[in-house]
Amino acid sequence: MLDLIKNVFVNNGLITAFVVVGLTMWLAYFISDKFTKGRIHGSAIAIVIGLVLAYFGGVATGGTKGIADVSFLAGMGFLGGSMLRDFAIVATSFGANFDEIKKAGFKGVISLFIGVVLSFIVGVIFAFVFGYRDAVSITTIGAGTVTYIVGPVTGAALNASSEVIAISIAAGLVKAVLVMVGTPFIARFIGLNNPTSAMVYGGLMGTTSGVTGGLAATDPKLVPYGAVTATFYTGLGCLLCPTILFLITDIFL
Amino acid sequence: MLVIYGVAILAGCFLVGSIVGEFIGALMGVDSNVGGVGIAMLLLIIIVDKLIKAGKISKPSLDGLSFWNQMYIPVVIAMAASQNVLGALTGGPLAILAGIGVVVISWACVPLLSGKKHSESTFHEAIVRGETDA
Repeated sequence: MLDLIKNVFVNNGLITAFVVVGLTMWLAYFISDKFTKGRIHGSAIAIVIGLVLAYFGGVATGGTKGIADVSFLAGMGFLGGSMLRDFAIVATSFGANFDEIKKAGFKGVISLFIGVVLSFIVGVIFAFVFGYRDAVSITTIGAGTVTYIVGPVTGAALNASSEVIAISIAAGLVKAVLVMVGTPFIARFIGLNNPTSAMVYGGLMGTTSGVTGGLAATDPKLVPYGAVTATFYTGLGCLLCPTILFLITDIFL
Repeated sequence: MLVIYGVAILAGCFLVGSIVGEFIGALMGVDSNVGGVGIAMLLLIIIVDKLIKAGKISKPSLDGLSFWNQMYIPVVIAMAASQNVLGALTGGPLAILAGIGVVVISWACVPLLSGKKHSESTFHEAIVRGETDA
């Protein structure tokens, strides 16, 4: 009997995910309404619940895909995977104002370059403080603080050790999770309430999952502006880290 | 006009953007999609704007776009639930401190780059200034 039910969930993964996410959001909006009087946005709470589920999924299965590693919840990985995520991000631009994007375009591009280089430098400093002295390891950890994709891409290109690559991925994950959870709380202190600052935010933070998740929990209207710059960030990081930034790091050491 | 037309326009923009993004990636020698989503977004904004101004798109078609627009937050929650959170928390102190450090420093740079004059509400400006003074 239990197997029969489980099989229905397993064989209809995406549909199961709709139900699970629907229930999560209902619970989150209930908590937001009843316990925070709407001060903490429902979607921010839903994202935190999602991350907690992901943690327990990881503990239970030892996998890397959070709750999606639990067989009957594999559909969560599909619903939240890159295809549907990117598709929904593109859909957010429906309603965005092109004039605002043009107006802030220059600042967005500048913030992209500053964002990648700044994140890299911070990662490099932490790697150095923690005792790493070879350019390959330091560059890989610096690339990890850019995003958790740039880290392993750079590490693979430079032949870094798997231990260092693992640290770089973890640093990028910490960044993504913190941006997702922290953005709604920090938003008013950094003036994150208009299209220009959202584009700068996307360029500076870069992590697409963090930025779009964080902005969704802050003000869904800002999502397209943050996403339009953030989606260039990982590519730029993959371009700069194993090349120019590695060479510069190598000179300094 | 059908709902699927709106979804098809969205999907078409997504695919064109992805192809261009892969192409840029290949040109740069990076094995990833560089800015494909951003390009798809700009494309969608321009196309939908032109269609609306020309009166060539109907309410059901726009509903097809609007549905996926509103599915964004549920997708983000599913994404959060399938992150490697355990990996982030067990990455050791270097990973955790570097991750926190980079986020805090980047946050501090947001107002420097976005400039206060673009802030829409003076109320928020006052708060930002108060924080800097304190």
